[in-house]
Amino acid sequence: MNHLPEIWGRPRNDIYGSYNPSYLKTSGPITHTSSPTVTGTSVVAVKFNGGVAIAADKLASYGSLARFTDVKRLRVFANSSVVGFGGDVSDMQYIDRLLESIDIREHYSTHGNMLNAKNLLTYLSKVFYKRRSQFNPLWNHVLVAGFDGNGAPFLSSADLLGNTFSAPHMATGFGAHLAVPILRRLFPEERPIEDITKDNAVAALQECMKVLFYRDARSLDEYSIAVITKDGVEVKEDEKVQAQSWAFAEAIRGYGAQTA
Amino acid sequence: MKAVENGGTAIGIRCKDGVVLAVEKIITSKLLKPGANKKIATVDRHVGIVSAGLVPDGRHFVSRARDEASSWRGIYKGPIPISALANRLGSYVQAFTLYSSVRPFGVTAIVGGWDLEDELAVDGQVGSGPKMGSGGKVEGAKSGGPGLYMIEPSGLYWGYYGAATGKGRQAAKAELEKLDLSSGNLSIFDGVKEAARIIYIAHEDSKDKDFELEMSWISSLDGPTKGKHEEVPRELLKEAEDAARRELEGEEEEEGPREDVNESEQMEE
Amino acid sequence: MAINFKDGVILGADSRTTTGAYIANRVTDKLTQVHDTIWCCRSGSAADTQAVADIVAYHLNMYGIVNNEPPTTQVAASLFQELCYENKEMLSAGIIIAGYDPRHGGQVYSIPLGGSLHKQPFSIGGSGSTYIYGYTDAHWKENMTEEEGIQFVRGALQEAIKWDGSSGGVIRLVVLTSKGAQRHLYLPDTNYTGPGLTN
Repeated sequence: MNHLPEIWGRPRNDIYGSYNPSYLKTSGPITHTSSPTVTGTSVVAVKFNGGVAIAADKLASYGSLARFTDVKRLRVFANSSVVGFGGDVSDMQYIDRLLESIDIREHYSTHGNMLNAKNLLTYLSKVFYKRRSQFNPLWNHVLVAGFDGNGAPFLSSADLLGNTFSAPHMATGFGAHLAVPILRRLFPEERPIEDITKDNAVAALQECMKVLFYRDARSLDEYSIAVITKDGVEVKEDEKVQAQSWAFAEAIRGYGAQTA
Repeated sequence: MKAVENGGTAIGIRCKDGVVLAVEKIITSKLLKPGANKKIATVDRHVGIVSAGLVPDGRHFVSRARDEASSWRGIYKGPIPISALANRLGSYVQAFTLYSSVRPFGVTAIVGGWDLEDELAVDGQVGSGPKMGSGGKVEGAKSGGPGLYMIEPSGLYWGYYGAATGKGRQAAKAELEKLDLSSGNLSIFDGVKEAARIIYIAHEDSKDKDFELEMSWISSLDGPTKGKHEEVPRELLKEAEDAARRELEGEEEEEGPREDVNESEQMEE
Repeated sequence: MAINFKDGVILGADSRTTTGAYIANRVTDKLTQVHDTIWCCRSGSAADTQAVADIVAYHLNMYGIVNNEPPTTQVAASLFQELCYENKEMLSAGIIIAGYDPRHGGQVYSIPLGGSLHKQPFSIGGSGSTYIYGYTDAHWKENMTEEEGIQFVRGALQEAIKWDGSSGGVIRLVVLTSKGAQRHLYLPDTNYTGPGLTN
């Protein structure tokens, strides 16, 4: 009896010559997501004295189509941290459920969920890195806002490759180009975080969302904003960009010499 | 099988607005930290399990329950209904009676929980449908509610209004029957008091041993735990224990006010 | 497309299936039942969406038997999403799920290409949908009567058929309420006025 199962039922090599196994291939290489489909754009966040404020608009685009206008991209974790998602919405939902399962597991012990924003960022970056190493990335760039182990305000980002980066104010997507310079001007590095009030932070985010609505073609004037303090997370899901400036368009005539 | 019958008494009460679980934890050594080594476990967010019998078997049972709840979530993106969880656990326990390589479970477990009465959102949901809510909803359509099941080593399980297992189960059952739970009038706050009282009564037969009372509850959404399984707050637990002790001491001299309940039940006949 | 209305949901679709420019089937039924009052609109690859719908229908049937109560629309949407998300590289499926259950009333969920899940007041999908974003946005209102709802869906689909080469044929509707599922049919040769209710 032949003890090699893979030979069973095949033409005998000694009679017919060795079989060319390449004929057995029924498909090509395994492929994975090489571009996201339904996507969210910027997330913007800033630290202030006693907490962190974070904002993201409610649009999920399908290419250039503004497909879904009611998508909440700020996900609250354990009423103490907020993850703001840019990038693929289906992967955002996957990660959101992953975090929910962790929260459930943490509550099995009597002390409840003790994971802070810093732990969360570490975890997420490892998930991202693992998936990119499997050539099957989770197509997101996230900001994690909350507190670290010492109770200090925490703000950091993780991307689809597993990179992490931290700063007092951060943004993903278009916001990294448009919002960060605004925040840097408002809150220069020399200025200690203790000088920035919650109202300063929120006003700065409102300003950022306005500029993003002006100049990001994949953005929306409706957005969510969350403020994380020691007392917990306060999320507002129905914000609108206020005090827009368009009336100056009247003074714009032609594109050069024309004045009529 | 004997092991199951001799663990600390565990009971569950299905109230109109939630479920109460209670267990008598015999203190086997003075070296054990009071309040540690919990015997009631949480499964998902809305289920509690307490068991009598072999403690490690109970732990394994809980672990299986957690796996089942999480696998349900993985497929259906929502909490597992208590009835479905009891069904799956029943099947799991039953399988251990079939093979020569394993012994049956050495526990009788009480599974209590609350199926959310509110509209459920899918886990990770984005978007919210019409602003004014879904059309064609049947007003007052009853959904969700308390669930209480007891699973025996054979795999047999029933749904109960009041369940008891462990050493003092006979006394406990007798007390549970007096509560008229099927009429659905008992609130969980009263349920907590009754549960404490019943555990104290059931402990009478093994009075020489010290014990700790551990209690947990799951209430409706507008109740104290908002549909989650939690430990009964310390103050409330103490209050219930004090009342239970007072009543037991009172009963030694004369029959307490409990008698009234008994009589009124007789009248119903 | 599918919409919420006062008493439940309405699903609607044209009936054109194409292979390139050739119309492989001019009377397709893209409204697929996966449980008594849970239906879906299929767009994308016919083979993929039929396979997915068949799998979900099987699971919902099992759910009804095992749990001794009918599945909710969310359960159906979750199953669809799991399949569409986990197999996104192999599938080309855009599915709208609409269902009625007494507890939640009518609900509409959309699962676009990547496999995300969106609860919506109404949803449009497929090749013709891009032509009717304007129409639906302008004419949509919540809490319509059944007649208004049918008018809205039929009007939108007529526009899609008019402007999209890949849409055409008849208009099929399914109305899902506490009374169950009712089919409607509207034919091009009567300018989509009838015959209307067909069961």
